[in-house]
Amino acid sequence: MSAPVLRLSGFGKQFGSLRVFSDVDLDVMPGDRIAILGASGSGKSTLLRCINVLETPSEGRLELDGELVGQPSRAGDMRFSERELCALRQRVGMVFQQFNLFPHMTVAGNVAEGLKTVRSVKSQKALERAVAELQRVGLADKADTYPSRLSGGQKQRVAIARALAMDPEILLFDEPTSALDPALVGEVLGVIEQLANEGRTMLLVTHEIGFAYHFATRILYLAEGGIYESGTPDEVLKNPKRPLTQQFLAEHRRFQF
Amino acid sequence: MNYIWNFQDVFDNWWALAIGAAGTLRLFVVCLVLGMGLGLIIALGKRSRNRPVRWLSTAFVEFFRNTPVLVQILWFYYALPIIAPIEIGPFLAAILGISLNSAAYSAEIYRGGIQSIEPGQWEAARAIGMSGLQTLRRVILPQAIRRIIPALTNRGVEIFKMTTLASVVAYVELLQQGKLIASLNYNPLEVYTVIAAIFLIILYPIVRLTYALERHLARSD
Repeated sequence: MSAPVLRLSGFGKQFGSLRVFSDVDLDVMPGDRIAILGASGSGKSTLLRCINVLETPSEGRLELDGELVGQPSRAGDMRFSERELCALRQRVGMVFQQFNLFPHMTVAGNVAEGLKTVRSVKSQKALERAVAELQRVGLADKADTYPSRLSGGQKQRVAIARALAMDPEILLFDEPTSALDPALVGEVLGVIEQLANEGRTMLLVTHEIGFAYHFATRILYLAEGGIYESGTPDEVLKNPKRPLTQQFLAEHRRFQF
Repeated sequence: MNYIWNFQDVFDNWWALAIGAAGTLRLFVVCLVLGMGLGLIIALGKRSRNRPVRWLSTAFVEFFRNTPVLVQILWFYYALPIIAPIEIGPFLAAILGISLNSAAYSAEIYRGGIQSIEPGQWEAARAIGMSGLQTLRRVILPQAIRRIIPALTNRGVEIFKMTTLASVVAYVELLQQGKLIASLNYNPLEVYTVIAAIFLIILYPIVRLTYALERHLARSD
């Protein structure tokens, strides 16, 4: 049995008096693909954003490869130095719902940016690597284009290439297809599936339950401020044991044909 | 009216105007660089997480924005040597007055520009491991500056014209030289007409240059 790449323990987040989630314990093993489901407002995106500390978790511990990230303060919460955050985020990549490409840089420039600025890789080398990553998502021919000329699906594939260029150990996807035309969802899910086949460790927040079923090694259903039900896709999606999960899935099946 | 315009006396003194133009350009370049540079620093100060820094930046903006530049120049020239053992010349007094005032104005322009950038841009940059400063330099400012070029151009033009205020402490620039020529030849009308024309001739190409810059930066649209 190998050691977890990511371990959350007693993990929680609150905004002011609003408790989004608490007491989340999670071990992510190498190669795990975890789909996080839940009604809107259940805190799935917040949980994901706390893992790379785009949101600062209010409580609990975050360990990467067995090493604690951040220092506990006297108040009990974690404090993260700028250096730690930069190191953490290079190891835990993220893809956003709204792509968030840099509009003033070319497609290749977007993908090469992290290597150039964060890793101080020479411009030429970084661009070569960028084109290689773009090849992987099928967009090498768009290298010199600006993001404004791309479709939503293409933008998201570039965003995935941008995250991949940093060689992250873990990839986080925050509703990567929610902002897309239905016709463009497939190409993005195809790229994510391909990454799954490569054995990458990924956490995916999604509303695409069908995709979650095929993609995930484990499903987390979030409700009532925590992990409400978890298990294999068959366990959680085919035979949900708890009422809120059942209700959620029934709601989803309502308009199936 | 049968006023007879006579520009000959003005053109005969072209060298005096040339010296004045050189003085104007020198003051303009220094104030442009200092004003816009300091403005960016003050804008970042207003966004700082450190409360005293934030407070000082705000105080700076409000003080220099809400007092007349003319008074500031006079004050630096006459009052500074009294309250501090610093003797400053007309050039330095003018630089201080105009630069600090411009910094206050441009700080607000920068702040508006930075705030107009979507939070997702910060997040995307931070998510690939960029520091706050790297994000600002590589992602936020290039986009923000593009949006505020028209407003910064306005400020630059204003700085250029504010240089005439330096004549109040007898700094040698265009207006100061014009006054001199006018008092010797009794031809203020012609002199000030020519000076206005010189300003237009120098400023217009500079403004056109900023339009070209704007177009160049719009290539990613």
